[in-house]
Amino acid sequence: MLAYMIRRLVILLLSLFLAAIVLFVLLRLLPGDPANALVGVGATPEQIAAAQAQLGSDQPLAAQFVKYLRDIVQLDLGNSFVSRASVLDEISRRLSVTLPLTLASFVLALLIAVPFGILAAVKSDRWYGLLLSVVSQVGIAVPVFWLGILLVYEFSLNLRWLPSGGFPLRGYADPARAVQSMILPVLTISIVMSASLMRYVRAATLEVLGSDFLRTARALGESHTGALMRHGIRNGAVPVISVLGIELSTAFLGAVVVEQVFSLPGMGSMLLLGIQQRDYPSIQGVLIVSTLLVLMTGFLADLLQRVLDPRLRQGGKQ
Amino acid sequence: MLSKTDVFPRRSLRLHSTVAALTFVSAFASTAMAEGFNPTAVINIGSLYEPQNLDNTAGAGQGINEAFNGNVYEGLFVLTDSGDVEPKLIDGYDISEDRLTYTFTLKEGVSFHSGDPLTAADVKSSIERVTAENSASSRKRTLAVIESVETPDDKTVVIRLNTPSISLPYNLSYVWIVNDDAGDISARADGTGPYTLQEWRRGSALAMVPFEGYWGDAPSNGGVMFQYFTDATAQNNALLTGAVDIITSVQSPDALSLFADNPDFTVSEGASTTKELLAYNDRIAPFDSVKVRSALARAVDNKKLLSAIWGDYGTLIGSFVPPTDPWFVDLTDVNAYDPDSAKEMLAEAGYPDGFSFTLDTPDYDPHPVVAQFLQNELAKVGVEVKINIITANEWYTKVYKAQDFEATLQEHVNHRDIVFYGNPNFYWGYDNPEVVKLIADSEGVSSIDAQTEMLTKANKIIAEDAASMWLYLYPQIVVSTSNVSDYPLNGLNAQFFVSNIKKAD
Repeated sequence: MLAYMIRRLVILLLSLFLAAIVLFVLLRLLPGDPANALVGVGATPEQIAAAQAQLGSDQPLAAQFVKYLRDIVQLDLGNSFVSRASVLDEISRRLSVTLPLTLASFVLALLIAVPFGILAAVKSDRWYGLLLSVVSQVGIAVPVFWLGILLVYEFSLNLRWLPSGGFPLRGYADPARAVQSMILPVLTISIVMSASLMRYVRAATLEVLGSDFLRTARALGESHTGALMRHGIRNGAVPVISVLGIELSTAFLGAVVVEQVFSLPGMGSMLLLGIQQRDYPSIQGVLIVSTLLVLMTGFLADLLQRVLDPRLRQGGKQ
Repeated sequence: MLSKTDVFPRRSLRLHSTVAALTFVSAFASTAMAEGFNPTAVINIGSLYEPQNLDNTAGAGQGINEAFNGNVYEGLFVLTDSGDVEPKLIDGYDISEDRLTYTFTLKEGVSFHSGDPLTAADVKSSIERVTAENSASSRKRTLAVIESVETPDDKTVVIRLNTPSISLPYNLSYVWIVNDDAGDISARADGTGPYTLQEWRRGSALAMVPFEGYWGDAPSNGGVMFQYFTDATAQNNALLTGAVDIITSVQSPDALSLFADNPDFTVSEGASTTKELLAYNDRIAPFDSVKVRSALARAVDNKKLLSAIWGDYGTLIGSFVPPTDPWFVDLTDVNAYDPDSAKEMLAEAGYPDGFSFTLDTPDYDPHPVVAQFLQNELAKVGVEVKINIITANEWYTKVYKAQDFEATLQEHVNHRDIVFYGNPNFYWGYDNPEVVKLIADSEGVSSIDAQTEMLTKANKIIAEDAASMWLYLYPQIVVSTSNVSDYPLNGLNAQFFVSNIKKAD
């Protein structure tokens, strides 16, 4: 297990390095020098030259790359062109919205998808089992922003139960309002996410239901539910977890849209704003941190799979 | 979800004018609510224009004017919502015979939020913040006439100019007086205004509370919270659900139907300065011909266009000057809609079979719709319009900077910006020596009347020259819940004075 962890860690670091190269190249491929964006439209050539020196964009690419890597390692993401504030501070403030939003949506999606997914599989011959599969199929096709607008229409505009958007000025120091403003965004993401998760849970459960080990457990005298609980869930969980890692990353990226619909001050809206304002340090910072989070999620999902499945630990195949 | 206007807020295209001061129309919204208001109520204001930082010399955008001008910071002068330039932090001033030296006497008893008293040194450093080399202030160029600022004593400021400038008081109304000990103000504030900055959470909201030690009248409310939205629909929803009391400017007519016939809301139309226009590249054929430009102007039914886009709102204009500029005259009759004479004029100009041109069209509302309308209208007189959709960034580099275009659509938001027609190097390249001279000379005159007279004349000439095709003036619409009153309607220069706003329980 330890050897695996080390190997997996090396892969993680390598992917990070590759991602850093890709980001570096992509940001330099964009037309125009960031120095122009820094000093604005009416700048003189002298001002542009000064800005280039300040940003280092007049240096050779290799030197820029070394500085870029060093800054990342030191967690120095620079200062925003427009707000002049530290990008890292801004990201950590924004993560305090995006991470709870993503994690809460994820947990809620699991709470919906796992029981209903299992139910849909176990009762696949009943009308409500079928209905559940149909609902999840339809749910996958629902665009996140559309669902967000529907929820706002019903729960904010019609029923007046919840705010239609925004986040309190004092953030979590105003816990009641902070939680209220998170409810609809969390529902939006988790409903859409649970639809696709339900399909995976249902498929995994169906496979387990037809497996030899479950039949053997039954033959040894366990009840149907008992066998499913004891052996089925653990076996079924392995393929689901590999999907979960991807789903969590998707939820994190899906937050871009949801934050926009609900005017939440998260990472997604920071990225969009950065792009509109050609704020290179903010764009780069958000992309680096998101990449890091996505790769870390994959890493954790892989480890969790190993823990759950002894066959993987022994180098075997599922 | 991001509407196109949000991607590039149209007021970020503010291009700046140098011209001088005085009088307009319109006032504050006052409904029957003025009695019985709650002086401790916090007013929640929804806005699409979050400041990028809190320093108006560091590229903070129009949002900072909206939140801070006259609320947190004040100037030596103030541009009121009705368009007058009035003294604010001064008791009076003298102008020398040669109009090159202005001597200002500062008001007594004014102090900053930090408690420091206002002194001449603060004024000097505040002006220098705007004119500094690294200043990104849009007012930097207009204040270049300032030769020096002297402070003979604590209450006296002497400004020396290198050339007479009738617009100095007007231009000074844009200069915040900041405590010279304040240091970096990109994330905090120290002004003399009726409100102190309480807190700003980027991406979310900015709160201000009344300043106890304010020298003037205390605010009529218990504080103000600007709530920022990135999406117009989210902003409208916030007003509908009561999360905000006012939205400062409605950007799309679609939203108005939600509020217009609803007794819970008040829709107010103020005087706008935003002009939608088709700018020709006047340097190149066929647009170097007055006849061609006039013909095209006559071929387009502006009234139909405005009503298609804004319904009953908005105003037709016959020139670049909105009614709130002192040099406004109604010129809608010059080159009024007349497709038959348009065809004749085209023939006279040597284009009996018309011609075709490319219209560089910014990709956000309302330009693409306007372009299609123009395409239809001009096709009727045989002129083919090829629509080329471009981004706001491309507009800057291709049209504004490189001036590589035949014709383009754009909205110009500033008031008093007729001066652009006095600059032959401006992107549209209009070059009439008489207008250039009138506009240049109008700055050096000794009276506001003389300035107004000269600019009115310039205004008439550009209309007769059909220098550009002025399509319509946007409406300036503020929507509030009906228990809120006394808010500014015109929002000149994006200002939004909040001190008089009253909210009933």
